[in-house]
Amino acid sequence: MSTARRLILPYGGRHTADPPPGAPALAAQALCVRYPGADRLALRDVTMVVPAGARVALVGPNGAGKSTLLKSAAGLLPVVGGKLMVYGAQPGSSPHRVAYLAQRGEVDWHFPISVRRLVVTGRYPYLGWLRPPSREDWRKADAALERLGIRDLAERQIGELSGGQQQRALLARALAQEADLLLLDEPLNAVDAATREVISNLLCDLGREGKTAIVATHDLDRLQTDFDDALFLVDGQVVAGNSGRAHPHYARAAQLNGWTEVTA
Amino acid sequence: MNPLDWVLSPFEYNFMRTAALAGALVGATCALLGAYVVLRRMAFIGDALAHTVLPGLVIAYLNRWNMTVGALVAGVITALGIGWLSRRREIREDTAIGIIFTGMFALGILLMSAARSFRDFSHMLFGYIIGVTDDQLRLFAALALFIVVVLVLLHKELELTSLDPVHAQVIGLRPDALRYVLLVLMALAVVGAIQAVGVVLTSALLIVPAATASLLTNRLPAMMALAVLIAVIASLIGLLMSYHLDVASGAAIVLICIVIFLLAWGIRAIREHKRTTQR
Repeated sequence: MSTARRLILPYGGRHTADPPPGAPALAAQALCVRYPGADRLALRDVTMVVPAGARVALVGPNGAGKSTLLKSAAGLLPVVGGKLMVYGAQPGSSPHRVAYLAQRGEVDWHFPISVRRLVVTGRYPYLGWLRPPSREDWRKADAALERLGIRDLAERQIGELSGGQQQRALLARALAQEADLLLLDEPLNAVDAATREVISNLLCDLGREGKTAIVATHDLDRLQTDFDDALFLVDGQVVAGNSGRAHPHYARAAQLNGWTEVTA
Repeated sequence: MNPLDWVLSPFEYNFMRTAALAGALVGATCALLGAYVVLRRMAFIGDALAHTVLPGLVIAYLNRWNMTVGALVAGVITALGIGWLSRRREIREDTAIGIIFTGMFALGILLMSAARSFRDFSHMLFGYIIGVTDDQLRLFAALALFIVVVLVLLHKELELTSLDPVHAQVIGLRPDALRYVLLVLMALAVVGAIQAVGVVLTSALLIVPAATASLLTNRLPAMMALAVLIAVIASLIGLLMSYHLDVASGAAIVLICIVIFLLAWGIRAIREHKRTTQR
């Protein structure tokens, strides 16, 4: 990039190291995470590796720790035991590489801001303090809106969008951010069929582009088509990797939640 | 009296010109910050900040120090104290604010009653914009400039942390630190507002113009500009009413703000009605 790009005053002041080449997108070893002030561990002894370029589904009953795992990877929760590495570094040390999509409730949808401006906030890690978005940043925001099929809604106030459109706007922001690792917390929850289709295609494209996606989901029908791998979480523990469906806990969780069984 | 005289003749007096400038400046500053106060649901903190400044004012007054400086110090201490208390989770934030707010206000009243000077006291409670000195006016201008500069420089970060604190944190921003910045700016803005409309009505300047603007637009910069315009107009009309009708200036300014709010409410209702009937 141009030399002007080097003059940014980065957020957080954390050292942004170049990742060691070949490091997995996410590697957890005996990871324990607890919410501040809570007694119980939300994640216990989780060991897992997500290679760069993989699309991995996180499946499990509510409260199993899917969201906790995503938040930890985004650097939002302190690690109390074990190790967690994102591209070979501490979570949160390379903010522009990681995009985290919380469930839609975390955004104030009444805020007076346009969809386009919401999407351009994905460019902020490249801007740092004091620099406004450049023409290039706006172009990238527009391209992301286009890709998710909501370019025509760009000038709407964000609260005027439907649930599915809001989810697409947040995904557009992650695309504008050009993140390598996307952490998506139930992006398919309560969205329309068209949005499901768009998100499904997007996951497929991301895989081809070498991006990594870790997605918490309840939608077992799509595990086979949309993902390379699925991890099953129960009570803050990964019960199994690829062969998780054979695990008795999974069968029970599936039964309790009325999941349709995935045929191998 | 012809209407132009009604508007212009009071400003032949020096004190009225100073008061008008002070009112416009203070109203505009509060309205600008008020956009964040309204959007981030900080109305209660705004009100508390105004009240907790009272002991600072009184202590400065009793010791013949500069009262504005006394208010500034008390305001900044409160801003930091509220920020600190609300980060701890032993008690809920609004409860913590309620305790600090009433405690400090009671302390101010106690100190003032010990001094037995209720005339000056009522100026603190209800404002005395006619009494603004040139030195104070310069200070208000400096504070306003400072607040505007900070809000412009940090606009995209303040906007983002208000809208989506989680994304802000993931990309390396610290929403709690930016909240402190806003609290301190509010403390600075409140100091001028107290002179204009008094401790009791200061939160109106923070809330009402911004709330009015939020009814009319759905873009943050437009909301800020509109809130400033409303506050300036209300300050000038309120001051003129107070001059001609011999009523309390602070109350007049706040009531004009409320009238404009009700007008905006009406405009919005008509707009919504049109939109639904067109469908």
